[in-house]
Amino acid sequence: MTTTSSEVEPAKQRGQPGQARLLGLVSRVRELGLLAVLLFIVLIVGIQAPRFLSINNFVQILLSVAILAIVAVGETLVVLTRNVDLSVGSMVGFTAFVTAYFFKELPHSNLLLGILLGCALGLGLGMINGLIVSFGRVPAIVATLGTLYAYRGLVFIFASNTTSQVNASDVPGGYLALATTQILGIPALILIAAVVAVIVGYFLHASQSGRQLYAVGSNPEAANMIGIRAHRLVFAAFAASGLLCGLAGVLWGARFGTVDATNATGLELQVIAAVVVGGVNIFGGSGTVQGAVLGAVVLGTLENALNILNVSQFWLQAIYGAAIIGAVVLDAFITRWLQRAILSRRKKA
Amino acid sequence: MKKLSQPIVELVGISKWFGVVQALQNVDFRLFPGEVHALVGENGAGKSTLVKILAGIYKPDAGVMKVGGEVVELRSPTQAQALGIAVVQQEPMLFPDLDVAENVFMGRHPRDRFGRVDWKRMHREVDQLLASLDVTLSSHTPVQGLSVAEQQLVEIAKALSLRARVLVLDEPTAALSSHEVDELFAIVKQLRGRGVAVLFVSHRLEEVFAIADRLTVFRDGTHIITAPVSEMTTEEIIKHMVGRELSNLYPKSEAEVGEVVLEVRQLTRPGVFADVSFQLRRCEILGFAGLVGAGRTEVARVLFGIDRAESGEIWLKGKQVRVRSPQQAMEYGIAYVPEDRHLQGLVMNFSIAANVTLAILPQVSRLGLLDPRREQKIAGEYSSQLSIRSSGVEQLVSALSGGNQQKVVLSKWLATNPSVLILDEPTRGIDVGAKAEVHRIISDLAARGLAIILISSELPEVLAMADRVLVLHEGRVTGTFTRSEATQERVMFAATGQDR
Repeated sequence: MTTTSSEVEPAKQRGQPGQARLLGLVSRVRELGLLAVLLFIVLIVGIQAPRFLSINNFVQILLSVAILAIVAVGETLVVLTRNVDLSVGSMVGFTAFVTAYFFKELPHSNLLLGILLGCALGLGLGMINGLIVSFGRVPAIVATLGTLYAYRGLVFIFASNTTSQVNASDVPGGYLALATTQILGIPALILIAAVVAVIVGYFLHASQSGRQLYAVGSNPEAANMIGIRAHRLVFAAFAASGLLCGLAGVLWGARFGTVDATNATGLELQVIAAVVVGGVNIFGGSGTVQGAVLGAVVLGTLENALNILNVSQFWLQAIYGAAIIGAVVLDAFITRWLQRAILSRRKKA
Repeated sequence: MKKLSQPIVELVGISKWFGVVQALQNVDFRLFPGEVHALVGENGAGKSTLVKILAGIYKPDAGVMKVGGEVVELRSPTQAQALGIAVVQQEPMLFPDLDVAENVFMGRHPRDRFGRVDWKRMHREVDQLLASLDVTLSSHTPVQGLSVAEQQLVEIAKALSLRARVLVLDEPTAALSSHEVDELFAIVKQLRGRGVAVLFVSHRLEEVFAIADRLTVFRDGTHIITAPVSEMTTEEIIKHMVGRELSNLYPKSEAEVGEVVLEVRQLTRPGVFADVSFQLRRCEILGFAGLVGAGRTEVARVLFGIDRAESGEIWLKGKQVRVRSPQQAMEYGIAYVPEDRHLQGLVMNFSIAANVTLAILPQVSRLGLLDPRREQKIAGEYSSQLSIRSSGVEQLVSALSGGNQQKVVLSKWLATNPSVLILDEPTRGIDVGAKAEVHRIISDLAARGLAIILISSELPEVLAMADRVLVLHEGRVTGTFTRSEATQERVMFAATGQDR
């Protein structure tokens, strides 16, 4: 087959690999931009209050966001599929309470057994969410709003029938040590969060199912056309979110020791904030686990910085809100800029 | 063209119904390897239905489909793909957030021995595919922001990676510039050389002559003719395309047309339509004819203030006006009944009365509160005038038949007391009896002094109803005919952009 070169010549003008790579890089700019914002905060606050820059303070920041980050990783999986999981706070609260109670009642039982119990409980709760959303066809925002209350209600019922509060002194030290142990000088809590993020991030990047998760969120109709079973993937995403909430709940109990039925209330808002600030598109299809974790770290750093600068708690909320809106606006701005860049590139061609 | 003895796709006696409408009637169709086969027909001839059957989206109600000589029953698009049938839809179905390579390989990524996605190999293979098509679109480009032409290339690359034996292009050139069309055709010829069977659905006859080896004409869901393109002339093709049944139509009663109510001069909305000029008089029905995408609805949207024209003038009753919003259009006495009454015209879970008075709330309100008696009174008047069949004006619109729903939409706009009424496909999707009734109502309205623009894809309807016919082709007026001049052939010639 011969095609005259004149017929295809104009095509040569567009989409050079270099440019494409550049545009690919720009689509990752949200994470780069976030990193820049993080460095900016660190620099500014570091000048104002040198103790902010201590290694110890950084470890404190990472400790404070480790659990949040684990939940945010699970939430990312759900949000990528064009859904949202509002019940994460209740799932963490549920598993934290049950796990702590388990160790209080059976202080000599195997540590691993307790961890597995918490994770299995979270997985079960997540699977219920997944069933309601993907097979019951209830919009995720409604379904998980329902389970947010239902799961929290179950914690209260459980607590009223057992003990209203589990104290740190009631549980074995081995359990509490989960949060305080250090491995090679790094707190285990931070390591666990990092391992979770790396595993899930790698799964999203390198596995067939991970890629299909993006496809379902990006264009559900097109995904259906090529035979991707969106229902199963959405179910799996909710189940995974539940599992990670279970793990987070186990760690929550270990970190705080003292838990009651209200623990982790409102966590879902922080989690979604981290995910959104981290550049995961709330309408699905784009975003990364790295971004969500970075989002959690930025919010944690902001909180820490404002505390060190003695900014009042009231301001903290307002600044939090501004950061979330700023991130989303920035996101929209970048998208538009990206489209304009491509458009002008085409006009030149 | 080398024709193998066996067709790659063969359809025998295929029929498909949608409710009471038969979209395809006992259609036979054969597609051979290494041919470009054009499928042409008017709007609603059944082209899209055939494409969707080939794609595995629709299941035929009767008939047999054979692929490579074996009888198959397609249950899903995936199955069609597995059999080597790739369909490029008018608007490609891609994943905007992902890059070109992943769009080609989604669902079947190349993987390494650990089961991990092999990104390097995937990009290499897609780059090779694109290079083999003589395009240098990079596999790393995010699909978000690609032009329609480039998105089609991605779909074609996907078809090649699936080793498709049949490539269906559904109106691929509708959104392409002439340059992009040339590029696409170069690729189509290349694929033909490789032995791929290409089904090219189009209503641009000049493109059919430029690219196709054989051609099939559909009309009203039936197969009319299949012949080598070289043996056909434009006149013959158009003759086969038109000639739909004229029965069951209510022709417009003759009425003396009055003074000019609306005049449009050189109205232009870049990329959509250009230099559209016409006059519309009292008691007159002006038909807008044209194929899908000709710009008829787009002109109406500008007249009603939904979209803005870049240049041109609109004169109403001798005064130049600027219509900036639908509210303003209504104040000027322009009413627009949109094509999709579900989406744009009606609130389905409201009553007839509430729908009819929706556009005139101030008139049925007292001190800012709705007065149900006035609402019912006005709705009752229109209900009897247009003979809306219901259990009463409090009945929910969702419970009405399509024809009666259409009458409710009409009532809603008539209640605004317009002098210009724009009707966009007023009889689409309603049954024959209701159609005749809507035609009678339209005719009555014109007789009572309204100036009416009737947009319709059904040529017989336009010819029966309109005093004059304005024909659009790709955003330009390609013909104006009086009632006596307008024949199906003449209008279709203008609508397909042929010079006579």
